[in-house]
Amino acid sequence: MTEVFQRWLPRLVLAPSFLLVLLFVYGFILYTGYLSMTDSRMLPSYGWVGFENYTKLFALRHWDTALKNLAIFGILYIVISSALGLFLAILLDQKIRAEGFIRPIYLYPMALSFIVTGTAWKWFLDPGVGIENTMHVWGWTSFHFDWIKNRDFAIYTVVMAAVWQSSGFVMAMFLAGLRGVDNEIIKAAQIDGASGITIYRRIIIPLMRPVFLSAFVVLAHLAIKAYDLVIALTGGGPGRATELPATFMYSYTFTRNQMGIGASSAIIMLIMIFSIIVPYVYSELRAGEQR
Amino acid sequence: MTGKRVSKLLASAAVFGVFATSAVAEDVEVLHWWTSGGEAAAVGVLKEDLQGQGVGWLDMPVAGGGGSDAMTVLRARVVAGDAPTAAQMLGFDIKDWAESTGKLADLNAVADEEGWDDVVPAALQEFSKHDGKWIAAPVNVHSTNWVWINKSALDAAGGKAPENWEELITVLDAMQANGITPLAHGGQAWQDATIFDAVVLGLGADFYKAAFIDMDEGALGGEQMVEAFNRMEKLRSYVDDNFSGRDWNLASAMVIEGTGGMQMMGDWAKGEFLNAGQTPGEDFICIRFPGTQGLVTFNSDQFVMFDQGGASEAQFAMAASVMNPTFQSAFNVVKGSVPARTDVSDADFDDCGKKGMADFAEANAGGGLYGSMAHGHANPASVKNAIYDVVTAHFNGEYDAATAAEELVNAVLAAQ
Repeated sequence: MTEVFQRWLPRLVLAPSFLLVLLFVYGFILYTGYLSMTDSRMLPSYGWVGFENYTKLFALRHWDTALKNLAIFGILYIVISSALGLFLAILLDQKIRAEGFIRPIYLYPMALSFIVTGTAWKWFLDPGVGIENTMHVWGWTSFHFDWIKNRDFAIYTVVMAAVWQSSGFVMAMFLAGLRGVDNEIIKAAQIDGASGITIYRRIIIPLMRPVFLSAFVVLAHLAIKAYDLVIALTGGGPGRATELPATFMYSYTFTRNQMGIGASSAIIMLIMIFSIIVPYVYSELRAGEQR
Repeated sequence: MTGKRVSKLLASAAVFGVFATSAVAEDVEVLHWWTSGGEAAAVGVLKEDLQGQGVGWLDMPVAGGGGSDAMTVLRARVVAGDAPTAAQMLGFDIKDWAESTGKLADLNAVADEEGWDDVVPAALQEFSKHDGKWIAAPVNVHSTNWVWINKSALDAAGGKAPENWEELITVLDAMQANGITPLAHGGQAWQDATIFDAVVLGLGADFYKAAFIDMDEGALGGEQMVEAFNRMEKLRSYVDDNFSGRDWNLASAMVIEGTGGMQMMGDWAKGEFLNAGQTPGEDFICIRFPGTQGLVTFNSDQFVMFDQGGASEAQFAMAASVMNPTFQSAFNVVKGSVPARTDVSDADFDDCGKKGMADFAEANAGGGLYGSMAHGHANPASVKNAIYDVVTAHFNGEYDAATAAEELVNAVLAAQ
């Protein structure tokens, strides 16, 4: 009796949240998929139009901009955050003094919401009140930094703010990885006469491969769903220069009364995320079986 | 101790519950986005008026986003089958709601009794009526083709208010020579579009109607449109480089302080000047965008009533209160707009308000009253935003004038 109960208890406890997730996550994913094939405009409506919304979506110059921006933002954000995170982790791993004090400082930005980060960086980068103005006040009048107001460079300011926010978190991931490296291997290499740089380059960093993979997955999905940072930092501007798929999706679904196109853009974003997550989960599962 | 407190809480919750349910029959629940100081005070006028008649007011303010956040909330409530009694709405949103849901109340009984058909301008009725039925009560009319000029900056620049495009450029040049930012402007899509509205209207009322209301391809991509974009480029050269993302009230503040010469903005900007203690005619002057005197592009806030199984007495009472001339005057004096009916006395209004009412009546009589494209009164939201995209991209230097006109045709076609 107790055995049966114990076997069923975990399932019973999990069942409500499982049902909720099933309905509110997967159910609504399916609903969105269905809406993307309908003629919904202001409110959901159910006239079937097939793939028309997708054709319209990819004909929109606005969507092109959003995809291009995502490519620039995503690649730079992932590469710089990973590189910077690894670099900081290696520096912190040198058995330095006051590590316990320094580590939280780097990790702290992650505790802020993107809205706070975006607002703070907006003021900081604003030529009228931020760093440019400060430099002018201090006497360096030729100093010029107006990227946030320049439509060709504004997307890079989004990268800056996002990197500032996330690299500390990536550092923590790498630091955990570095601490997990077997000391025997490093000692063996030292006995063989390998220099510190060589040990890192040839032994430790290659051992970090799983951490790189995890960091990539975390950062990539943060990049694709980036919305609040852009809204707070640039509002999608100047003009439409920093529009990303997530801001595109919101504006088409909720303010432009083109819910069908908005839903189809949401599905495209979902496909992007799946194409990152599915291989990752697959490789994790396979690695698990091998063990 | 704790037990006592809990039971007290329960008791008060029960009282509230009873209060809420017993009040429902007589109440109006109103969704709106008038939350800033002056606006909230203006809503208070309506609330008190209704409470005087025994109709309770359940306030449901959703701040922000120029109403887009409120519309998102409204959508969720209507889809869930729980529509509020009344909701503040603008222009084509009303048409979209009327066409896509059909769940709006019929106010004809009160409209006929009070003779709304005779006092509300036809251009407004276009939005307040659907299939011959009154579905909304218009609260105010904002006009968008205003220019607000700092008086001393204008005096330093020759002192004569510009009456056409050439004179405007002369004044702007003089202001630039005087070392101020001639045109105070905030780089947000809707602000760029507000100027674009006026520029297009300045090229001719027929052209405005053909391009924005009829969405005629020839007008959207033609010579005149290229000229309109050229003028936008010219205006851009008078804006400072730090304009992107600036809120409209900060641009107003520049004009108030005198670091900016003028702002092209709807009549809600007047409130900023008045709050700063300035007097129309002495510290600042209000003119129509040069070349558009006698024409008005408007947007109008309306209270749309939702069908609650036959329009209720409370809804009729609210609609009648909204249309009451006393309320229309009191509300619009505070809000900076003009009354939605043409038979209201202008005695309480300041000089700019009086001019606004006179212009509105003149435009209405002369057929020069058009819905504002930038504020969703000329075409549906999808088209409006498609035009925004092109206007703001051009204003930020992405397209030249000819490309922008071409893109405008494509964007409008794609959005329909």
